[in-house]
Amino acid sequence: MSAQQQAASNSTAQGAAEYAVELIGVNKWYGDFHVLRDINLSVGRGERIVVCGPSGSGKSTMIRCINRLEEHQKGRIVVDGIELTNDLKRIDEVRREVGMVFQHFNLFPHLTILENCTLAPMWVRKMPKKEAEDLAMHFLAKVKIPEQAAKYPGQLSGGQQQRVAIARALCMRPRIMLFDEPTSALDPEMVKEVLDTMVSLANEGMTMLCVTHEMGFARQVADRVIFMDAGQIIEMNEPSTFFSNPQHERTRLFLSQILH
Amino acid sequence: METRTVAFVAPPELRPQEPAPANTRGAIGWARAHLFGSVGQVLLTLLGIFVVYAVVPPLLKFFVFEAVWTGTGRDDCLPEKIGRPVGACWPFIWAKWNQILYGFYPAAERWRVNTVYLMGALLLAPLLFPKLPFKRLNALAFFGIYPVIAFVLLTGGDLDMRTFLLGWTGLDFGLASFAGLRVGFWLQFILVALIAAGIGMLVCPFFGGERGSVAKSILKVFAVLGVILLVVDLDFGLEPVETRQWGGLLVTLVIAVTGITVSLPFGILLALGRRSDYPLVKYASIIFIEFWRGVPLITVLFFATYMLPLFLPGRFTIDGLLRALVGVALFASAYMAEVVRGGLQAIPKGQYEGAMALGLRSGFMMRLVVLPQALKLVIPGIVNNFIGLFKDTTLVLIVSIFDLLGILRASFTDPAWATPTTLFTGFGFAGIVYFVFCYGMSRYSMALEKRLDRSHRH
Repeated sequence: MSAQQQAASNSTAQGAAEYAVELIGVNKWYGDFHVLRDINLSVGRGERIVVCGPSGSGKSTMIRCINRLEEHQKGRIVVDGIELTNDLKRIDEVRREVGMVFQHFNLFPHLTILENCTLAPMWVRKMPKKEAEDLAMHFLAKVKIPEQAAKYPGQLSGGQQQRVAIARALCMRPRIMLFDEPTSALDPEMVKEVLDTMVSLANEGMTMLCVTHEMGFARQVADRVIFMDAGQIIEMNEPSTFFSNPQHERTRLFLSQILH
Repeated sequence: METRTVAFVAPPELRPQEPAPANTRGAIGWARAHLFGSVGQVLLTLLGIFVVYAVVPPLLKFFVFEAVWTGTGRDDCLPEKIGRPVGACWPFIWAKWNQILYGFYPAAERWRVNTVYLMGALLLAPLLFPKLPFKRLNALAFFGIYPVIAFVLLTGGDLDMRTFLLGWTGLDFGLASFAGLRVGFWLQFILVALIAAGIGMLVCPFFGGERGSVAKSILKVFAVLGVILLVVDLDFGLEPVETRQWGGLLVTLVIAVTGITVSLPFGILLALGRRSDYPLVKYASIIFIEFWRGVPLITVLFFATYMLPLFLPGRFTIDGLLRALVGVALFASAYMAEVVRGGLQAIPKGQYEGAMALGLRSGFMMRLVVLPQALKLVIPGIVNNFIGLFKDTTLVLIVSIFDLLGILRASFTDPAWATPTTLFTGFGFAGIVYFVFCYGMSRYSMALEKRLDRSHRH
């Protein structure tokens, strides 16, 4: 198959794919420890999903499998019509489509804010420097910190750093965004600015999977809330029912612990 | 009765910022904090003053005040002849100046060494100052073009190469030559390049590479190699100077600069290799590093000089200095690899994950994200190695290569300069030269650390 045909078939595959992300019978082990147990989840285009659960429940591991930061050992993961296998090319394709925001930001401390944002567009998408910088400034303006572009990450507050991390991910123009506890490492005063950014992103129709314990955020934007424990999906529902009428005993216990 | 207030509200205006107390600021504050803060500190300050008093005046007396500055022979430096105590005998250094700089390099050809010194200085200096433009071009000139020119100038070039990797096949294209180039050699070279490109095209699908681009990059490597070989093979009409005639500062700098410029990239590759997921690469790197770290440099030099020829086929000889160079470079690479590995281990996993999540492939991730941070962290260690290497070069003396110190020691035996202080003058001078280079590297590295530091802001 020529490269052109391949690209064509890929794009049709992407266009035809019903779901943005599909996990089918996904299992994962760390050595003998069974971290993910038969996870089945289909995320529609533009859908916003919030994942919560106690620490060690496998929620981070699950979303990290979606961009192959973790490898699953059984089952299928299909992202935007591309099935994740050991094929490095596909992993690259998926990572270009999926943006990720981490708990500890993971900005590159040796690069300025602007360079953090232009790095991937320039080296992965081969975008000319000028164009990449315009794009970066566009997204930095969107997360409301264009004036910090020339600074280094160490000079910014936690909330600002996390907004830069969001802008950096957006510069790759992903179709899907993963958030792995984006506000857990922030001072209480800074949580809101990051959540506001995420809300405005959600309002633009971005497909989002967020691991978070910000239940207010879940109520406001989530289409579905997922509760995980011991590597399994325990309960999944639209937020109003999830919070007002949890079905599973474990969910009720968890909610009673975090909603004071 | 004591009243405890439970409620408190600060006035609407915050307190203004006030200056720190006077006795904690300025020169007095500094002296109090650093010199006379406590009894122990006062004692240490006094001890420090005593040490300076005990060491500095005698040194100055020997090297400056009682030193002899001009003269033509040992008589000018003998106390009984000139009727005063004599410190350093500097005329000895002036008399041996040419040997110190060039060794036994033929006098008529010394301009070539001077040209190499000058070019090196002119190309290196702008490279060290970050503000100056054309860094890429400058680096290419210093690391790519300069070594080739220096090689041709110092040795005379015209290597007269006869076979290229295919000698063992018995394949013979004859020895016809043209402008110092052997036709047979170049035919072999082209053949090898084509074979390598072919093998690359056959193998690359297993590693996920693209045939055309792999073949192209292999041919590019050979093209660069070809240009280098062409330049060193051409006959420029320069008088050949054997490396046995080199010596002094020339040899010291050639070994040190080669060792330094080779050991850093090799060390990085070895460090990455040691952390590789491929067992073959990993264990090859480990064995290499542990082997070279496990043997003393003297053993390596000795082996390379006296034992290697016994193992090589009869007509196959390698230049003595080259052998020492390779030994020093490999030795230094192994040390460098461990320094760099230390830096790599300090980079948090999150940096890798951040890069991977953006879709950066491992090569880019290493080059753009991990290595810049890791290398910055280990600048002190890297420069430590450079300095150690610079001074270790003097070990080549045991394989009869006369570096700066070797030349000086050889000069001590000159009866025309046999005085009681010749030895001290020579060693003192060598010490000053080594110190200037090493201290220069040290200061530069500290400035570099400061310039690259991103942590102080916060």
